[in-house]
Amino acid sequence: MYSKKVLKHFMNPHNMGEIKHPDGVGEAGNPVCGDILRIYIKVEKNRQGKPFIKDIKFQSLGCAAAIATSSMVTDLAKGKTIEEALKISNKDVADALEGLPPVKMHCSLLAEEALRNAINDYMKRKKD
Amino acid sequence: MKRIYLDHAATTPLDRSVLSAMRPFFHTKYGNAASIHKFGQEAAEAVEKARISILSKLNAKSDDYQVIFTSGGTESNNFAIKGVAFAAKERSKKNHIIVSAIEHDCILNCSRWLERNGFEVTILPVNEEGFVDPQDVAKAIKKQTLLVSIMHANNEIGTIEPIEEIAKICLENEVYFHSDACQSFTKVPIDLSKNPLDLLTINAHKIYGPKGIGALVIKNGVKIEPLLHGGGQEYGLRSGTLNVPGIVGFGEAVKVIKPSHIKRMKKLRDYLIEGVINSIEDVFLNGPKNHRLCNNANFTFKYVEGESIVLMLNAKGIAVSTGSACSSRSLEPSHVLVAIGRSYEDAHGSIRITLGKDTSKEEIDCTIESLKEVVSKLREIRPIKPCN
Repeated sequence: MYSKKVLKHFMNPHNMGEIKHPDGVGEAGNPVCGDILRIYIKVEKNRQGKPFIKDIKFQSLGCAAAIATSSMVTDLAKGKTIEEALKISNKDVADALEGLPPVKMHCSLLAEEALRNAINDYMKRKKD
Repeated sequence: MKRIYLDHAATTPLDRSVLSAMRPFFHTKYGNAASIHKFGQEAAEAVEKARISILSKLNAKSDDYQVIFTSGGTESNNFAIKGVAFAAKERSKKNHIIVSAIEHDCILNCSRWLERNGFEVTILPVNEEGFVDPQDVAKAIKKQTLLVSIMHANNEIGTIEPIEEIAKICLENEVYFHSDACQSFTKVPIDLSKNPLDLLTINAHKIYGPKGIGALVIKNGVKIEPLLHGGGQEYGLRSGTLNVPGIVGFGEAVKVIKPSHIKRMKKLRDYLIEGVINSIEDVFLNGPKNHRLCNNANFTFKYVEGESIVLMLNAKGIAVSTGSACSSRSLEPSHVLVAIGRSYEDAHGSIRITLGKDTSKEEIDCTIESLKEVVSKLREIRPIKPCN
């Protein structure tokens, strides 16, 4: 039922863990399915002076799809400017994983949501 | 990689003895059991032999019970519930059905469908070990009650229900009693001469027989309508050409499990439960300690997801299943674990390990070791830490 890519990311997830003193933290969860995803980001300015995601890590409690989408969204976001990272959609995550079973599409939504929440958290902290 | 199969509640391998009994009925004795020529008659004789073999395993006389062959457990359960309901609609006008909250989906969905079609359904709760209280059955029975259906043993947590007591209550109240015994058949004795159930569902592929064959055992005199109309096979109760190889295999499969297998599985099951509970933190057993199927263990590992454990064990060549339906078609957690009072989180963190007659101690040792590794790996990435 899962693509090879999903299983690969599930067995060996990328960017797994926690960032001490992050610039932003975002969480997303689905109470019915029981999945919880937390994303940490570290933001710096690039040569053009634009803020970009220097480092990103995740922690996740969930099924294989939840772990694989967490891993993939962090891969996709790493190195991107905040502006670009905000454009990452759940479909981008699912496509990069060579598809998800229909009942698991919500996992990719969690990934998009957690990343967006982490970025929003960063922007809020910057304002304060 | 050596593979370890610990999902015998899902299905079992065909036993060699069963395969050799079935083989001639595919290519040499291929007659249609309804034909009157020699080819047909040798098939019909084999079918009758299988019927007798099944009845004798249940200690039932052919004067008292009929074995109606079906395509499996789901069909037998549908046949029992809907068949009795349809017959009552025409005759007695009784319209109330009682089932337990931990029945297999085919019983629950059948009942819900009847509910939408004018029947009344009571779903009885179970206690935290999954037992139905026979007194709850007695209290739920009313004048319109037609049928009580309580499974013999639960497929997820292995609870063996007190069906003898429930059957007695039903008999006293003149209510039909059906039991789904797919998981327990040949592992837990059923004696129909002492415990006269009205309807009993059994199937072959859980007992080292082939898939696609099951039976509904019906006490004579039970009013039931067929689901399949046609050529009138199976005493007019289940039309369609008989699956002769399947039936022959079923008749042979009832002989596979011996008391020594049951004793061995029980010992290994307890060894597994002890090993897991003692070597992994924050884990508990779902279902009872006693009155439990000899081959079933079901654990909740806190702070992890059942499906993740299943897939990681699978990568190590070990096949178990999840109690969490999140892995399959729906995202809802197991209705059985919810019924015994588990939270959604705990229900999602559960896995079922079911042993077979040939499971070895080495396989159990390897499974315990692998579980330790997998659970600790998954707990490393969880965002919720215990004790906060």
